[in-house]
Amino acid sequence: RARPDPRSSCVFVVRKDQDIYIQTLRKLFNESHGIFIGLQRSEEEFAGKSRKTQLVQVSKNYRSVIRACMEDMHQAAVSARDPALHSQYSTQVSILSAMELIWNLCEILFVEAAVAGPLLLRLLDWVRLHVCDVDNMVREVLSSENPSKHELFWNVVDVFVLQGRMDEARHLLSKEASANPTSVNMCRILDDLMKKMPVPSLGNTQTLTEMELKWQHWHEECQRYLQDGTFASNSHMESICKILLGDENAILEKKELMTTWYHFLVTRLLYSHPTVKPMELRFYAQSSMDLFLGGESSPEPLDTILMAAFEFELHQVIKECSIALSNWWFVAHLTDLLDHCKLLQSHNLYFGSNMREFLLLEYASGLFSHYSLWQLGVDYFDHCPEYGRVYLELHIERIPLNTEQKALKVLRICEQRQMHEQVRSICKIMAMKALRNNRLGSALSWSIRAKDAAFATLISDRFLKDYCEKGCFSDLDLIDNLGPSMLLSDRLTFLGKYREFHRLYGEKRFSEAAKLLLMLMTAHIAPCSFWMTLLTDALPLLEQKEVIFSAEQTYELMRCLEDLTAGKSDKQKFQDDDVETMKVEMLRLALARNLARVIVKEGTLEGS
Amino acid sequence: GDWHCTASWKTHSGSVWRVTWAHPEFGQVLASCSFDRTAAVWEEIVGESNDKLRGQSHWVKRTTLVDSRTSVTDVKFAPKHIGLMLATCSADGVVRIYEAPDVMNLSQWSLQHEISCKLSCSCISWNPSSSRAHSPMIAVGSDDNSPNILAKVQIYEYSENTRKYAKAEALMTVTDPVHDIAFAPNLGRSFHILAVATKDVRIFTLKPLRKELTSSGGLTKFEIHIAAQFDNHNSQVWRVSWNITGTVLASSGDDGCVRLWKANYMDNWKCTGILKGNGSPVNGSSQQGIFNASLGSANTSLQNSLNGSSAGRYFFPPLDSPRAGSRWSSHAQLLPPPPLIEHSCDADTANLQYPHPRRRCVSRPLNLLPENEGV
Repeated sequence: RARPDPRSSCVFVVRKDQDIYIQTLRKLFNESHGIFIGLQRSEEEFAGKSRKTQLVQVSKNYRSVIRACMEDMHQAAVSARDPALHSQYSTQVSILSAMELIWNLCEILFVEAAVAGPLLLRLLDWVRLHVCDVDNMVREVLSSENPSKHELFWNVVDVFVLQGRMDEARHLLSKEASANPTSVNMCRILDDLMKKMPVPSLGNTQTLTEMELKWQHWHEECQRYLQDGTFASNSHMESICKILLGDENAILEKKELMTTWYHFLVTRLLYSHPTVKPMELRFYAQSSMDLFLGGESSPEPLDTILMAAFEFELHQVIKECSIALSNWWFVAHLTDLLDHCKLLQSHNLYFGSNMREFLLLEYASGLFSHYSLWQLGVDYFDHCPEYGRVYLELHIERIPLNTEQKALKVLRICEQRQMHEQVRSICKIMAMKALRNNRLGSALSWSIRAKDAAFATLISDRFLKDYCEKGCFSDLDLIDNLGPSMLLSDRLTFLGKYREFHRLYGEKRFSEAAKLLLMLMTAHIAPCSFWMTLLTDALPLLEQKEVIFSAEQTYELMRCLEDLTAGKSDKQKFQDDDVETMKVEMLRLALARNLARVIVKEGTLEGS
Repeated sequence: GDWHCTASWKTHSGSVWRVTWAHPEFGQVLASCSFDRTAAVWEEIVGESNDKLRGQSHWVKRTTLVDSRTSVTDVKFAPKHIGLMLATCSADGVVRIYEAPDVMNLSQWSLQHEISCKLSCSCISWNPSSSRAHSPMIAVGSDDNSPNILAKVQIYEYSENTRKYAKAEALMTVTDPVHDIAFAPNLGRSFHILAVATKDVRIFTLKPLRKELTSSGGLTKFEIHIAAQFDNHNSQVWRVSWNITGTVLASSGDDGCVRLWKANYMDNWKCTGILKGNGSPVNGSSQQGIFNASLGSANTSLQNSLNGSSAGRYFFPPLDSPRAGSRWSSHAQLLPPPPLIEHSCDADTANLQYPHPRRRCVSRPLNLLPENEGV
C-alpha cells in the first residue's frame, strides 16, 4: 500500500459534464424541453396524415433550436479572447452542426418517411444545406468583370450541377454563351438539356412511371449528344454532360467540390436513379462511400451514423450516436420523437420503448446536477412511465435546499405529484434546520406543512418555554394565523389558544379572556406543567376593579389550584421555593376575594 | 462553489477510520469510528454569529459508544425509515446496532443488538430499501487475512419473529479480504444489488426467494448471482460507492485510480470512466463534456485498455438473442466516445464560420439557413 503523500492530503471535487453549464447550451436545453413537453401532450390529437405533418413540424422545431444554439455558440467562439475557450466553442459548433445533419437526415427518412420521388428532392435540399458554402465563390465569380473568364467559373457551374441547381447553372452558362461566341451552340444545347431534365414532383402531377419514362427519353437524348461529340471541344461542358448522364467517374472527378460521400451519393442518385425508393438507398449509400473513400480512409463515427440511417437501422443509429456523444441530449430527444412516430415499437426491438425511457432517464438525471436545470428534469421524469417516478423521488431528495424559496419550489413539485414521503422528509429537514438556528416560527410552519404532529408539539413546547423565560412570544403573526392547522397537535392547539388569550386580554375583552383561560384548564388542553403559569395569568383578571370571573368560574379555578397543589407530596411542598408558595398563597387570596365579590354581585338584583 | 474547511477537531486517541452522515432529517449529525475502540456521534451546533461570518461551525460530541474491545472499523447509520439507528463493526468480529429512541436527544443511545460474525469485520452496509417486502438488512465484510476459505461477506437480516438479526446468507465465492461493501439504492426492484471491494470489484445480485416459514425464524433465502467482476485496478480495491440511483458504481484501488462502472441493457457492466487521484480523467477516458471531441488519435486502443479483457462496444445486444423482462434491460452503455468529427486543424480562425462536419481537413463555412427552409 503506497505511503500517503503529505502533499496530496486534499479532497478533489470532480464533476461530470461541466459543459452543460455553458449559457448557450442552457438555452438549447430549455427550448428543447418546451418542444418535448408539447410533443408528449399532443399525443393523439391528430391521426394519419396530419399527425405526420405535426411530427415533421416538431422535428423541424428541434432542428431550428439546434441551429439557433449553433449561432449563439458561433458568436461565443468569435468573441472569445482565450484561445482555449475559442477552441472549445468552435468544437461545440462542429458537433452541433453534425447533430443537425444527422437529425435532418432522420427527419427525411424516418419522421417524414419520404417516398420515392419526394425522397430525392428532400435529399437534395439536405445536401444543399450542409455542403460547403459556395456563395463566396459564386459572388466572387458573378461580381467579377468577366465571370466566364474567372478561373473558378467552371467550378461554380459544376457545383450547381452537382447539387441539381439547374436554373443557376443555366444562368451561368448564358454568361459563357454571351462572352464566348464559339461556344454559343454548345451552351444552347446544354442549357436545353438542363431545362428539360425531368425531376420528381412533390405534388401528384405525375406518377413515378410517367417520370421514369420521361427521364429515360431525356437520358437517351443526352447520350446522343455526348456520343456525337457535340461537347468534344469543351472539356468542361463534356464533363457536365457526363455528369448529367450519371457517369460515376465524371462525378467522382469533382470530389473536391462535393467533399463528402453523401453528397456524392445524392448526386449519383439524381443523375442515375432519381426515383430511388427508400429501401434501395442502402446499396447506393454503401457503394458511394466505398467509391468516394476509395480505400484511402476508413469511415468515421459520423459516417457510420449516416450509413446506419441510410440502411434504416434505427437501432444502430441511436447506438452509434450514444457512443459518439457523451451527453444524452441528442439521442434522448431524437429517440423520443421516433417513438412517437411509432418506429420503436416494432416487434424486432424488444426494448423499444424501454430504450426511449432509458435515454430520457439518463438525460434527465444529468440535468439534476445543475442548480436550475433540474426543473426541466422533473418534466422528463414525468414522462417515463416505468422508472420516472422513483428516479424523481431519489433525485429530488438530494437537491440542496439552500434557500426557503428553493425548498418551496421543490415542495410544490412533490405535492403536485402526491409524493407524500418526500414532502414530509423535506419539511422535516427544513424544520430541523430552522429549529437548530432557533427560528421557531419557521420550524413550526414547516412542521405544520409536513403534518408532523410530534415535531409541532416539540416546537410548541419550545415556544412556551421561551414565553415562560422571556415573558413574550416570538413569531406572533404565525401563531395568530394558525387557523385549522392548530389542530395538528394538542400542544400546538394550546399554543394557539394561549396566544389568543393574550390577545383578548390585550384588547381588554376580559370576560372572553377569562372564559378561554378557564377552558384551557378544564378541557385539559393545557399541559399540567403549564397550569401554574395559567393561574398566575389569571391573577390580573382577578384583581380587576370589575368582577370578571363568575362564581362558578371561580370555583373551577379554585379546584384547579387544589388539583395542582394536591398533586405534590408534602416533601415537594417543603422543597418548593418561597416564590412558589407565595404565588399559591396570593392565588388563594385573590380567588377568595373574587368569590366574595362575585357572590355579592350575583346576589344583587340587576337593573334596579 | 468553493469548498472550505468549517471545522476540524481532534478527539479520538487513535486513527479515525470512517466517518458517516446521518440523514438530514435528524439534523446535522455525524458518526465516527476509530482504532481507539470507540465510535462517537457528533452534532453541529449553531454557534455565535461571529463564527458564522468566519465560516466556522462547532461540533459537539453527543455520545461515545465504548462497548467494543477492539478497533471499530466501520460505522453506518441505518436508512431513515428504520429510525435513528446505527451499526458499528469491530476487528474482533462483533457488529453492534444502537438506537436513539428519542431522535431529539442524541445523547441517549441504547445497544439493541450484538452480532458475532466470527471473523474480523472491516465494513458494513445497510440495505437502503424502504419496501415493506424487505426486512432491515446489513451486509458485513471481513478482512480476515488468515488462510481459509470462509465467506468474507455475510448478510444479516432482522427477523420479526425473533426480534433479532440473524445470518441470512454468506457469499461463499468471496474468500479474499473485503475492504468495503455497499448496497445499491433500491429503485423498487424486488432484488438487491451489493458491491464488494476486495482483490477486485464485484457486483452481486441477491434475489429473495419466497420466505420459508419453516426455516430458521422465517429468514429470507436468496438466489445469488455475480453480475460483474472487474480486476482492472490490478490491485486491492479499497472503496466502492453508488450514485443516487444505483446506476453507477465508483471504485478506488491501490492503482491510484477511481473507476466508474455502469450496466447496459443486458445486465452487462462496463467501465465508463477512469479518474486519477487528483480527479483528472485518464487520457480522455471519461466524458469531457456534453459534446466531447477528444482530439483525433486512435481511440480504439484506448477503449480496449479501458475494458480490459472485455472486447469492443457491445452495448446493445444482437437482435436475435433477446432477453425480455430483465430489469436492467433498459440500460445502455456509456463509453468514452471516439471523436465525432475531425477537428479542422488549419482553419483560419478569423474566418471561422460554422465548421462543417466533414472528414477533410478543410474548413469551409456552412450555408446559413435561410428563413424558410422550403422543405
